Amino acid sequence: MLPFSFKFEKRLEPSRLASILVPVLSLLLAFLFGAALLAVIGANPGQTYQAMLAGAIGTPAQWQDGQFYNMTELLVKAVPIILTGLSVSVAFRMLFWNIGAEGQLVMGGIATAAVALFFPSALPFIPESPWIYIPLMFVAAILAGAAWALIPALLKAYLKVNEIITTLMFNYIAILWYQFLFTTAWKDPEGFGFPGSALIPEYTWIPRISGRLHWGLLLAIAAAFVVWVIMDKTRWGYEIRLIGENARAANYAGVSIIRNIILVMILSGGLAGLAGFVEVTAISHRLQHGLAVGYGFTGIIVAWLAKLNPWGVVIVSILLSALLVGGEQIQITMGLPASVSLVLQGAILLFVLGGDVFTRYRLRMIRKAPTAVVAESPSVQEA
Amino acid sequence: MDFLTSILAISIVAGTSLVYATIGEIYTERSGVLNLGVEGMMIMGAVSAFAAAYHTDSAWAGVVAAALVGGLMALTHAFLTITMRAEQVVTGLAITIAGTGLASFLGEKLGPDGGPLVGLIGPRFPKIAIPLLSDIPVIGALFNQDILVYLVYILVIVATFYLYKTRPGLSLRSVGESPQTSDAMGVSVFGTRYLYTVVGGILAGIGGAHLSLSYTPGWTENLTGGRGWIVIALVIFATWDPLRAVVGALLFGGINAIQFRLQASGTTIPASLLNMLPYILTVVVLVLVTWREGLSKRLGAPAALGLPYNREERT
Repeated sequence: MLPFSFKFEKRLEPSRLASILVPVLSLLLAFLFGAALLAVIGANPGQTYQAMLAGAIGTPAQWQDGQFYNMTELLVKAVPIILTGLSVSVAFRMLFWNIGAEGQLVMGGIATAAVALFFPSALPFIPESPWIYIPLMFVAAILAGAAWALIPALLKAYLKVNEIITTLMFNYIAILWYQFLFTTAWKDPEGFGFPGSALIPEYTWIPRISGRLHWGLLLAIAAAFVVWVIMDKTRWGYEIRLIGENARAANYAGVSIIRNIILVMILSGGLAGLAGFVEVTAISHRLQHGLAVGYGFTGIIVAWLAKLNPWGVVIVSILLSALLVGGEQIQITMGLPASVSLVLQGAILLFVLGGDVFTRYRLRMIRKAPTAVVAESPSVQEA
Repeated sequence: MDFLTSILAISIVAGTSLVYATIGEIYTERSGVLNLGVEGMMIMGAVSAFAAAYHTDSAWAGVVAAALVGGLMALTHAFLTITMRAEQVVTGLAITIAGTGLASFLGEKLGPDGGPLVGLIGPRFPKIAIPLLSDIPVIGALFNQDILVYLVYILVIVATFYLYKTRPGLSLRSVGESPQTSDAMGVSVFGTRYLYTVVGGILAGIGGAHLSLSYTPGWTENLTGGRGWIVIALVIFATWDPLRAVVGALLFGGINAIQFRLQASGTTIPASLLNMLPYILTVVVLVLVTWREGLSKRLGAPAALGLPYNREERT
């Protein structure tokens, strides 16, 4: 037995040092873990990470040539992740475990495409202008995402049905429904058998800034601002935080938990729906394979790493999308599975979760008096 | 008669992985730990079982590998949530996310010469018909199964007996209901929670092994298809009781069987809509069970489920 033991003691104030060191060390440890994994399969970890970095942000030589393709791709991926990250963070703030951002995103994408594909012929009096259509699709996506989130919210609020399972099952249902639409019901008859819907009209596309980077980035940042205002500056945000910290106390203080579950899930689902909106109107321009690629789950990691702070969500999303873009690049250039970046994401979160204890507690070493000595000479006892 | 027999036979094979993982999760949750990493543990169990079985040419080696991997992942969950006091929900999710990524990575790399595992044919558990018993009409389907299915029959009986009729089973239940009281009675709360979290992970891993070694032999990405999450729902459906878990697992196995039959009969219903059935059923069943429990005011969940235990702090 060791002559001493360790004990966690609760800190009165969270440690500032630890709150900086823990994420940094977690990142390092996760990359070390990834390096070990790469070494086991016979890849050179140093080279792989270098290739990932070059894939994510480009190389100095490319920058001198004025090529910023990689960086714009990184931001393209960051847009839906910011939105799902915000979606998850508002729900998690009141400890409502919305794992369904993926499905809400898909529903938002379906609604966006539905407006663009069917409104022009069904409602010909609507002017075929981006100024009309983009707001219409925007609202449709929010409504669809919110509606998909509302069902688990109502089940939780009124019947106390476990939301982790309902939101998760709704992901599978939404994804399968999406598959049914683009492979069967809405499949483009002129698509040469290729599974996908028809292209949406060009006036319904969000314009691009550079490369594939589009104005949806601005939308994502605006969404972060809105969430920040709601959470930090309004009474509603205060109620949400109160429920998250102590639901019983909030209830006694007259905060309606049922009402907040419903409203927060409408907000959360709407934000995830917007992620589907940007992916369809700015990137794919049709329903096809590859809308549900896990942004909803990345959003969970983002939200937690950002400590549920909206501006933190923006920063962490950009970092994690660098990881994703880098992962895709090493698949192309080095023939390594892109899932390396998924493993790294998960590992970072696990290390942060484990390390977080040091921000809330301090580790104390407690010396034990050697028992044998105590038995022989009772006078050694100090205190 | 033949129709019933085949439905029952498929239900049992399809439900077996669920029974393993559900009984595992019942044990984990009975100790007060919520482990949402089951999906990650099952998929890692499936990939490591297939890889180990393929390279050693022994299906049993696959089961051992899956049990080890599942147990190790559960140990990580236990360490993070019990010792490091991390949020149980988020930790479990993180384990599932990391496990899904790692399984897809390993699936690309654990094949011969560092190649993919997809499309390979490995050893599998054959069906063993038990003489006489397997000849009984309809029920005979129970006795024409692979060895992992026979083992799950034993597991269900042992798990039920252990939980309700033995002293360690009593300690386990008490830790999940009232850790303070158990601690005062000299039961190690941390030790119990560690033990049953790891047991749960081992069983989830074996459940995954049954998928890749017997049910749909081979490895494909996303092989588990959310079964780990259905398991979490089944635990609630079973009200934390191993015997009822079997009923739930058979129900889901039955849905799989109906899907198979419909697809085989050349139905016009698109596959993507048929595949929704188990997920819709999970939601419906969960709503009904929660609603009924709310009416009878009888709480099935262990009182301390999801709550970290801390000797010095009162919650």
